This record gives sequence, C-alpha cells and structure tokens, in this order.
Amino acid sequence: MNSILGVFAKSPIKPLQEHIRKVHQCAEHLVPFFEAAYANDWNKATGLRAELSKMEKSADKLKRELRMNLPKGLFMPIDRTDLLSLVTEQDKIANIAKDISGRILGRKLAIPDSIQQEFMEYLLRCLAASACAVKAIDELDELLETGFQGRELQIIDNLINELDSIENSTDVMQISLRHSLHGIEQDLNPVDVVFLYNVIEWVGDLADLAERVGDKLELMLARS
Amino acid sequence: MDIIATYGFELVLLAGVFGLFMAWGIGANDVANAMGTSVGSKALTIKQAIIIAMIFEFAGAYLAGGEVTSTIRKGILDSSYFIETPELLVYGMIASLLAAGIWLLLASYLGWPVSTTHSIIGAIVGFAAVGVNADAVTWGKVGGIVGSWVITPLISGIFAYLIFMSAQKLIFNTSDPLANAKRYVPFYMAMSGFMLSLVTIKKGLKHIGINFTTSEALMIAALIAVGVGLVGVFLIKQLKADPKADKKMHYASVEKVFAILMIVTASCMAFAHGSNDVANAIGPLAAVVSIVENGGEITKQATLVWWILPLGGIGIVLGLAIFGSRVMATIGQGITHLTPSRGFAAELAAATTVVLASSTGLPISTTQTLVGAVLGVGMARGIAALNMGVIRNIVISWVVTLPAGAVLSIGIFYMLKGIFSA
Repeated sequence: MNSILGVFAKSPIKPLQEHIRKVHQCAEHLVPFFEAAYANDWNKATGLRAELSKMEKSADKLKRELRMNLPKGLFMPIDRTDLLSLVTEQDKIANIAKDISGRILGRKLAIPDSIQQEFMEYLLRCLAASACAVKAIDELDELLETGFQGRELQIIDNLINELDSIENSTDVMQISLRHSLHGIEQDLNPVDVVFLYNVIEWVGDLADLAERVGDKLELMLARS
Repeated sequence: MDIIATYGFELVLLAGVFGLFMAWGIGANDVANAMGTSVGSKALTIKQAIIIAMIFEFAGAYLAGGEVTSTIRKGILDSSYFIETPELLVYGMIASLLAAGIWLLLASYLGWPVSTTHSIIGAIVGFAAVGVNADAVTWGKVGGIVGSWVITPLISGIFAYLIFMSAQKLIFNTSDPLANAKRYVPFYMAMSGFMLSLVTIKKGLKHIGINFTTSEALMIAALIAVGVGLVGVFLIKQLKADPKADKKMHYASVEKVFAILMIVTASCMAFAHGSNDVANAIGPLAAVVSIVENGGEITKQATLVWWILPLGGIGIVLGLAIFGSRVMATIGQGITHLTPSRGFAAELAAATTVVLASSTGLPISTTQTLVGAVLGVGMARGIAALNMGVIRNIVISWVVTLPAGAVLSIGIFYMLKGIFSA
C-alpha cells in the first residue's frame, strides 16, 4: 500500500481477547455437560461434548491465527515471546475442558449422588477463575490506551490477585471433595474411583491454568 | 543567452506544465499520507478530509510555501557556474521537474511510498553535478538538507513522545478521563491554532504585503488560539457520551473528544504539507521564470513572481479533487489500529516539525516526519504493533529515490540540451 498506514500492523490484543473468551466459553460448557451427566442423559451429553469439542477447535484456530499474525519484525509495547506463551497458556484451558468431557463420556462415568452438589460448586468455582482471567485479559486494550502505566495497571493487578485467591479457594474445595469421595469409595467401582479422582484433579487444573494465565500476564507486564 | 531570448516563452510554458503536473501529483498521491492518519483513525470521513486538505493545503502552499521554494530555487546550486550559460540552469530545472514527476508516477504505480522532496532534490543535484560541474552544487547546503532528513523524524518523534505522554498524564491516567479530556483538549487545539497562525502571520502575510511586528504577530496568534480553543469547547459540549460503547471500551467517549481535536491537527497537517511540499513542484518553475524574466540574468535578489505560489496551490487542490478521493478511499478501507488520541499526537508533532522546518526554508519530507512521529508514539507504548518491515521499506525507498531522481534528470537534461542548444 502506497501510504503511511502500512506501518500500522494488526493489533494482537483483540485476537488474544477473542481467544480467551472462546476458551472460557468452552470451559463453561462443562456445566450443562455435567448436568446432563447427572441426569444420566448421555444422548444430550454426547451432543454437548460435540459442541464443546467444536469450540476447542475454533479456539485452536484463533490461536494459530494469532501466531501467524505475529511475525518477528513487529514493534510492540509488549514482548512477543511473552505474548506467545500467554496464548499457549490460555489454550490449555480449552484442552483440559475437552479432556474432562471426553473422559466422563467415554466411561459414562457418573458422579456419585452424594457428592454431586459439592462437585458442581467446585466446578463453578474453578470456572470463576477462568472468568477472572477473561476479565484481566479484557483490560489489555484499556491498558494500551493508557500507555501501559498508571491506574489500568493497578486494575489488572487487582484482577490477578483476585484470580490467585479464587485458585486458592478451589484448592481447599478440592481437598474437601477428595475427602468426601474417600468416604464413599468402598461402595463404588474401584476403577471408576480412580477416574473420579482424576476428574476432580483435572477440574482443579482449570483454575490452575487460569492462574497461570494471570502469572504470564503479570510477567508480561512486569518485564515491559 | 540567445536561446533564452528566443525560446523564453516555450521554456516557461514547459516548466509551468511540468510544475503543475508535479503539484497535481503531490495532491493526488502525497496528500493521502498527510491525511491518512485522520482517515485511518476514523476521526474524519473521506469527504471531510478532502475538504480540509483542499483549504489548508492551499493556504499552506500560498502563505508559508515561499521559504522552501526559495531554497529549492536558488539555495542548492551555486549560480556563479551558470552566469555564462543560464540556459543550462533552465534545462536542468525543467529536467528535474520532469524526472521527479516520472519517478513519482512510477513509484505510485509500483506502490512505493517515495518522498516528493527527495526525488526533486536528487534530480537537481544530479543534473548539476553530472551535467554541469560537481562544484556547481553547494554541497554544504545539500549536506544540511540531507542532515535535516535524519534529524526531523527524530525531532518529530520526540515531540510525539512528549505530546502523547502529556495526554496520558493529563487525561488518561486520571480518575475521570472524560472530564479531563473535555478540559484539556481545547488547550491542545489552541496550541495548534497558535502555531499555525504564528507561522502564517510571520511568514505568509509578508509577501501579500501585510507586515506585523513580532509582538503584534504573537498577540494576533494568541487571539486566534483562544478563538480556536473556544470553538473546541463548543464542539466538545455538543458531544454525547456513549455509555454502551464505554462499557465495551472504557475510553470510547474520551476518544470521541480526541476525534474532534483531530479535525484541528488534520488541518495543521494539511497546512504543513502544503507549505513544505508545494516547493517541490514550483521551486524549479520559479527558477526558470526568474531567469527568463530577467533575460538570462541570474539574480539572487529576484522575488517570487506572484502567480507561482497560487499555481502550486491550485495544482495540489486539482490533484486532490480529481484523484484524492480514490486514493483516500483505499486508505479508509484498510483496517488500521489507530485511535484518535494516538493519531493526534503523531499529527500534531509532525505538523509542528514540518511547519518549523518550512519556515527556516528546509525542504524536508512530510511522510518521513510523520513516520518519525508514529515511532515516537510507539516508543511511548501507545500503539499495539508497528510493522518494522514496512518502515524499513519506506527508508529504503527514500534512499533509492535520490539516485533514481538524479539519473532520470541527467538523462532528460542532456535531451533538452540536445533539443534546444543543437
């Protein structure tokens, strides 16, 4: 293009935000999925899992596009390497959500009635962590407006702290959920029990990964 | 001498046509760079940009274009080498115009963002150094001009950095950015108005016969600045905050205030561009006219003939009117990630630098200065991503333009010499 505007490259911030929104949407789909599983409606669960898998794929596509649009010769206010590792971290949330649903569906693994409610609360809390990560990433365009300094930096910092405390609370919930499972495990199929422990851990990974997104974001902003 | 007496009218006509062609080219193509940031950040529609460009390009060319014109007309070459053979200077200036015009046309066709200033300077230095005598070029002056091409982007980058940082400090990093935007943006407007009117009064009104002392000029400029600021206050009052857009992006309404400011900075940019770049088209023409009018005598004191500056201005406006909208439309379609608050900082910095350089007579490149300003905002971490590859290409195209303009003008120079002197 014969004009000065060729100098302005595509901003990576919008695609990054789109990606984490898609990733979070994918993880949120676990709620209706588990509801269907609780109701033993495996037909519906299969459909929901297919939708979830589709979202994971489109998140993957967004991730790839973002990487493609980040050639080396860009001059950005944030470090390119940090940005790339941030999107990698974000993407893992969608992957683990897909893995969880796959494992449950593959074994038609029912969550025992007595811990269903506790499990759902735990899941929702973990999703709150990823929602918080979305909020933090969403502030990035505001942060660009303020030249990566001042109040906006404080806002993101607060969100990252909030994210940490949500993750901490999920750790506590995980311990108590494992304890509850331990109490009823002799009545259950031993193989199922092994997988139930796995699923509990993976759901916790949702929050862990969201926290890692926050860490990467913090690192990205601290280094610059 | 005979040649000038015999073919005087033809030579002036030739220079006039090529000069008009060059001015037309500047209007059609180069203005897009000056107005691009405003259109790209959606602060102005294409139609508004063209109207602003027409008015202020002409005003800049007519009122503040004289100094640079005189540099190009008589600052680059040592006239003592042409006293015996003034026709060589005439051929050379015509050749330079045609060479620069052809090079610009070719570059536009190939999509290279070349600089009109570089092509005309390359062309003039080329024909004089090769076609006449290497000493016919006042190398000290040329060195100064080339030096200014390095320094002006730097200066405008620093200006842009400071302007952007001041906006951050006063507006964005405060608890109520919108209220502060409404409070401080009129001051930026007044500042732009002050700068433009001061240059116009000091440099422009002189040659239409109105003279003011420095203190008078300062006072009038200050009055105009206050007026511009008040109009700004009024326009900003009309603005309605959009809570829905603000929810999506907290600074949406703030940016709207800056979009109003961009109307002013876009005017400055057009004025600056006109004041500097018109000389590229009419500087050589002015040289030809002055030689022919004086019957072959090269006088240092000769003043600019009255019709030359308006001719350049009209050429630019014609180019804008005929092709400008098409060129701008391609810019408008391109998705740019540029918000008015950044565009304003870059434009104001570039316009200030260009206007200051113009008033000292330095022919600098508007595009180059603007790129420097954009980089300055980038350094202040205001722009999400800048394409260093594109910036590198722009720099390369500038460097290539100098020898390209030179080679073309040498060829055309010998051709003209063959046609008229044989």
